Amino acid sequence: MINKQRRELYGLHSPATDFAREQGLAGADWYLCDIPRKQMKELMRRTDMPAIRDTILWIGLAVGFATAGVLLWGTWWAVPCFIAYGVLYGSASDSRWHETGHGTAFKTRWMNEAVYQLASFCMMRNPTPWRYQHTLHHTDTLIVGIDPEVLAMRPARLVAIAANLFGLLDVPGGLFQMLVHARGRLTEAEKDWVPVGERPKAYRTARIWVAIYATTIGVAVVTQSWIPIVLIGGPRAYGAFMHILYALTQHAGMGENVLDHRLNTRTVLMGPVNRFLYWNMNYHLEHHMFAAVPYHKLPALHEAIKNDIPAPYPSMWAALKDVFRTLWRQRSDQTYCLKRELPPTATPYHGPVDGLLPDTASPR
Amino acid sequence: MTMWVRACATEDVDEDDVIAVLIDGKFYAIYQSEDQEFYASDGNCTHGRAPLCDGLVMDGVIECPKHNGRFDYRTGKALSAPVIEDLRTYQTKVEDDGVYIQLDG
Repeated sequence: MINKQRRELYGLHSPATDFAREQGLAGADWYLCDIPRKQMKELMRRTDMPAIRDTILWIGLAVGFATAGVLLWGTWWAVPCFIAYGVLYGSASDSRWHETGHGTAFKTRWMNEAVYQLASFCMMRNPTPWRYQHTLHHTDTLIVGIDPEVLAMRPARLVAIAANLFGLLDVPGGLFQMLVHARGRLTEAEKDWVPVGERPKAYRTARIWVAIYATTIGVAVVTQSWIPIVLIGGPRAYGAFMHILYALTQHAGMGENVLDHRLNTRTVLMGPVNRFLYWNMNYHLEHHMFAAVPYHKLPALHEAIKNDIPAPYPSMWAALKDVFRTLWRQRSDQTYCLKRELPPTATPYHGPVDGLLPDTASPR
Repeated sequence: MTMWVRACATEDVDEDDVIAVLIDGKFYAIYQSEDQEFYASDGNCTHGRAPLCDGLVMDGVIECPKHNGRFDYRTGKALSAPVIEDLRTYQTKVEDDGVYIQLDG
């Protein structure tokens, strides 16, 4: 099978979609580490303060770097200011979008919703369809033909991933979707998962965004300055690289069509700066297994289940090395995937280990 | 026609918590609120069918453990995406240290 044909299996109406459903892989029961209910309740407990602190810091730093960048405009000193601003806007917003989309970051619902709307805008992801899309990723993580959020297929589109380090595909895609939504329509894929009653919200949001971007471009034209675009919209491109690198550590190169997150999701130890930017999503295995645990409790959750999961990668660099080595090998060998060793204390892997695909998907 | 069926003992459910009970092959969720009232609903989320007994109970709300959709477990009303379909709830009563739920006969 040629690479193009194999990648087509990841489409949401492909032979792999029907196959996964026939094999009971869709909406299946996944392995969960055993945690006493009392401990789980404590881990799931919500509070506002960590996310309020982190949000003040996030917005405060963004405003600070943006202000410094504008004041230093025309000098090389503006460059590091805008790189920092761009990462806070175009990368840190991804994890804010993610956590508040789950509704777990804050205890207070309107706070979750407010940050979700802001982060969705920064990431150019319409909050309504993306919320539903992400539930599919959680229900059927890396189930080929069903999960709509597979970043690295087999073989991975490495050029596309590299281009998205600077939003070269995601930004045009996000703008295109925004215009589709603003016209009162959804993309074909979104029609599958956005309930009819929710669609007007998507259209309304898109129209507000179009007005904001039009105003931004208008101000740039009138003032003959790039600054408005560097501040609004632009960071989704020039500041996106960290969120792509973080995202690659989540699932890339790991088992497909499995029912055990220990086979398809990584935990990576990171330092305080990356954990702030990424809002602890480096504990991604823990997050997928227990999505109701807020980001600030994920380190405690990791401690609770560490004897039942593979050892975490010691650093982001170690994880990325493994990812790139695997993605490179999968260019020619799509049967290969990373399978992490479980500690002796762990329950053996649950269900298929990898590669259960229609016959047509078998590599030649 | 309805009938009262014993679901569990009152002591089986902690305050501000939920358990699952199996009655005639179907799962139900039994809740005890912070003010020691008991409530009952279907056992699975109306969105992704995840078992609600693994979810988070807080302030009269049950949050699905899988996708974080929320319901008012006292009325069954769906409160936040991705859930849009209300949860079916059942009348409850406490007798002789047992929690009973009212089911169709």
